[in-house]
Amino acid sequence: MTAVEDPTSTAGAPANQVGQARLRKEDARLITGDTTWTDNMTLPGMLHLAVLRSPVAHARITHLDVSGAVDSPNVVAVFTGRDLAEEQGSLPCAWPVTPDMVNPGHPSIAVEEVNHVGEAVAIIVGRSKVAAQDAVEKIDVDYEPLPVVLDMEEAVQDGSPLVHDHTSSNTSYHFVFDAGDAGTGGDTDQAFADADVTVSRRFVQQRLIPAFMEPRSVVVQPSGDNYTMWSATQIPHILRVMAAMVTGIPEHKLRVIAPDVGGGFGGKLQVNPEEVLCLLVARRLGKPVKWTETRSESLMTAHHGRDQVQFIDIAADREGNVKGLRVRLLADMGAYLRLITPGVPALGAFMFPGIYKFPAYRFECDGVFTNKVPTDAYRGAGRPEATFAIERIMDELAVELGMDPLELRRKNWINAEEFPFTTVAGLQYDSGDYGMATDQALELLGYDELRAEQQRRRESGDPVQLGIGFSTFTEMCGLAPSRVLGSLAFGAGGWEQASIRMLPTGKVEVVTGSTPHGQGHETAWSQIVADQLGVPFEDVEVLHGDTAISSRGLDTYGSRSLVVGGTAVVKAAEKVVAKARKIAAHLLEASEDDLEFTGGKFAVKGTPGAGVGIQEVALAIFAAHDYPEGVEPSIDAEATFDPENFSFPHGTHLCAMEVDTETGFVKIRKYACVDDVGTIVNPMIVEGQVHGGLAQGISQALYEEAIYDADGNLTTGTFVDYLLPSAADLPHFDTGNTVHAATSNPLGAKGVGEAGCIASTPAVVNAALDAVRHLGVSDLRMPLTPERVWRAIHQGGDGGDRATAGTNAYGGASTETTAGGGRPASESNASSLGGDR
Amino acid sequence: MIPAAFAYARPTTVDEALEAIASGGEDVKVLAGGQSLIPVMRLRLAAPETVVDLTRVAGLRGVREEGDVLVIGAMTTHSDILADPLIAQYGQLIAQATETVADRQVRHRGTFGGALVHADPAGDLPAVALALDAEFVLVGPNGRRTVGAADFFVDYLTTTLEEGELLVEVRVPELAEADGWGVRYEKFNRVAQAWSIVAVAAAVRREGGRIAEARIGLTNMGTTPLRAGAAEAALAGADLSLEAVTAAAELAAEGTEPSSDLNAQGDYRQHLARVLTKRALTAAAGL
Repeated sequence: MTAVEDPTSTAGAPANQVGQARLRKEDARLITGDTTWTDNMTLPGMLHLAVLRSPVAHARITHLDVSGAVDSPNVVAVFTGRDLAEEQGSLPCAWPVTPDMVNPGHPSIAVEEVNHVGEAVAIIVGRSKVAAQDAVEKIDVDYEPLPVVLDMEEAVQDGSPLVHDHTSSNTSYHFVFDAGDAGTGGDTDQAFADADVTVSRRFVQQRLIPAFMEPRSVVVQPSGDNYTMWSATQIPHILRVMAAMVTGIPEHKLRVIAPDVGGGFGGKLQVNPEEVLCLLVARRLGKPVKWTETRSESLMTAHHGRDQVQFIDIAADREGNVKGLRVRLLADMGAYLRLITPGVPALGAFMFPGIYKFPAYRFECDGVFTNKVPTDAYRGAGRPEATFAIERIMDELAVELGMDPLELRRKNWINAEEFPFTTVAGLQYDSGDYGMATDQALELLGYDELRAEQQRRRESGDPVQLGIGFSTFTEMCGLAPSRVLGSLAFGAGGWEQASIRMLPTGKVEVVTGSTPHGQGHETAWSQIVADQLGVPFEDVEVLHGDTAISSRGLDTYGSRSLVVGGTAVVKAAEKVVAKARKIAAHLLEASEDDLEFTGGKFAVKGTPGAGVGIQEVALAIFAAHDYPEGVEPSIDAEATFDPENFSFPHGTHLCAMEVDTETGFVKIRKYACVDDVGTIVNPMIVEGQVHGGLAQGISQALYEEAIYDADGNLTTGTFVDYLLPSAADLPHFDTGNTVHAATSNPLGAKGVGEAGCIASTPAVVNAALDAVRHLGVSDLRMPLTPERVWRAIHQGGDGGDRATAGTNAYGGASTETTAGGGRPASESNASSLGGDR
Repeated sequence: MIPAAFAYARPTTVDEALEAIASGGEDVKVLAGGQSLIPVMRLRLAAPETVVDLTRVAGLRGVREEGDVLVIGAMTTHSDILADPLIAQYGQLIAQATETVADRQVRHRGTFGGALVHADPAGDLPAVALALDAEFVLVGPNGRRTVGAADFFVDYLTTTLEEGELLVEVRVPELAEADGWGVRYEKFNRVAQAWSIVAVAAAVRREGGRIAEARIGLTNMGTTPLRAGAAEAALAGADLSLEAVTAAAELAAEGTEPSSDLNAQGDYRQHLARVLTKRALTAAAGL
């Protein structure tokens, strides 16, 4: 990534801003902390919330005595679930993927029963965070244990204990997509019956934790019957609607502000229990309140991601032409359905066929309840799971056929001349060239030399073996055409809104409904507007994240912002120019048709010198002393854009992996990828997104896993046990791009936010397998801990389950002891911590 | 992530520190660099009545030489150790292990003595101190005593340090290259800043084509740091050869009962101990 700005063009007309690696406008304040994060908010009289959380995974609350906390110094109030039962409603689930989906309801605070470790049991309101936190330990709770349901494959069996005893099974829904029934493919069972070769595998998508940098934080300020909520959220607009529905506070009396937000990765695409609880408490007390989670609370109670067991069958003929794909999923919902919990695996349903021309396809998914924190969106949301499965099974098929895995892919992928191409899942892929991206990636990696080295290491029996893994992926971005979302029973549309305000001095305010949380919208939108209006990049200010300023929007997720929100900005700018053209024609005493608009200036064709800048028009229309009859004295405009199709970024990711066969330690030797994300607005931002995505995707393959012990305690309750890599643990990334413009939006952008995260995981696992397959290893369970890899090499299998105990380092830290007070949380055993340290 | 309330004392001398510990009540914790104590207090795994902060006790910081012994003040930070010329010359095993401790920020705050007294079996320095037969100088209300490393580490996070006592310095023998010493700290972890899953501290003295003496400390192979006694015995007087080292390394896990956690189950830890011992010995012996 370049650290300096590319030089802008020298003299004359301003160069196009789109395509330039402009430094990000927002970085100085984000990096130095010279901004207001939600937790920095301090309001007069503000009270602080602390939450007593369940230390047990499934139990009835038989006794709850808060008097000790009520009497604690500087505690203002204590609320239990019973106190709030009548007004808390149920947290919303906006994606009922089937008509008969079972939603057990999701209280923000437990009333009679707790269903996962970390569920809120009582709220302490103190004059300070410290006072509230100290009082947590003074609440007395008795829990009557109920059977704990943790394993999905057991949970769906007849006779399994139930997570929710008012339901008839732990299955929330059964979602099916069958290409034969949909008319987009043939009969899948027949395809398998007729196939020469079939390969079946069971893959595990482990549970992940989004682990955003800024913990969640909420501030609510009541003012009469109006409420302002600041929240570290990705979705202030959706949150406003949902919070109004849940609490009964009228939508027009609720303003939601997402100030600068420090990352989300889908983890802040949520209506959180604590957001609702802050509203309820502020309404009760008439005082501003704040809740900011600790990192322990974040890992334990913010929604998790992934967590699927995938049964994948692929059928082909002997020559390697794929004939059919069958997918059966068990998807862990956790204890409740949050905002789009059930929709994540269903969204993935359309991506399992990947870039390949399958003639038949069937997808089935069971959403399963367990006594764990709910799952929901995490970077890629359904598409990484699908991409992993297809890219892994293609390698397995290649092994079965004795074919080179790349040759198998080439044989089956959609060729460049076949776009637009309608897949067996019914999606129409817009554009691309998989061969071109692959050829470039092979070049970047230095493929032939590495293959030669792999051969040498194999022949010499080197303890460190080398492997190369492929992932040739695509994904669906630009969520989304509203009608398509409607057909999938999603609770909202997928449009986006933007408005442009031309200020008297010629400066420009752009209001976007796409709320950033670190992506760089302010920079990219400025580049777009600078080109559209011909104004300096520096003259553009981008406003976002406040429902009182940006009243309509659907926020940021699913790599949608530039594709949908950026297009809305283009459309608004076109309207501004159209309105300004009328004013300019009037001022220049010319016909509109005789004006041309270039470089921010309206000029009369064939009349050199006669012209007026759009920024001058802004001042003229502010004064409004002289403007044409029949038009309004404003050139401001707004636009709402609803895409007609998704966009389909694609790319080829290649990983070269060293495996130490003596210890099982895996180390990425080289990583190269070539992504096609359509037209690039800012190459530096694109590269940054790819780097960050790669880090997260590689991390799923190698490091991250949320582990619960047999009692349902989250073992990985701190970053000691929930392992995240740092820059020191990741390789240099060799990145490149091909550009095939998206056809569904005028920018031609396809979306880049999730590409690296979706593509990289299977490349890494395929690479490790390629290194040790000759030693008899045919699968490796993620994450590829050294122990798993070693066991797979020396004992067979996929490496198996890990021990569920957390590390004993520094005294250990388990969920039980970080959950706060309440029996039967184990007593904190300070005396065992030795003398001094 | 807010600790429970505690009283705080910040003495400037050892005597003041002992006084503060004595008068601090039932549960006193001594704060050295705070890299372990502060996290467990923030998680409320520890809630001491009084914290005695040694940061201002200047006399406890620094490395000096007494004959052929290095004397390391308990409050010497990891980064002090890494910058110290005496350590560079005679304490390479300590330097190598210290370099692997966490990250730069932690090494700036964390202390040599604090890491040893914390006695975390996953910590890197206890096994090094054990391999070097370090001597721990303790002062307390009843005066001064010296305890050998073999007796110092008692159990998980537990040392022989008695109530009211303070570790003031650690004495380790100088291992000079000129005397034939070669050393290696071989650490195995999943990411750079993490604790050891297993690590091996090896020091080998070579004498005329033979291994005169080998010292092998094991990190995270039990509730305390351990010596790989059987492997050491096999190497005493053995040929300076890869065969001898390989055979000895096979004995490295003998008698150990390592714990199982999400990073490694016990049998895998024992396997790692053997592999890492071979690697550490090979490097230390210059093979």
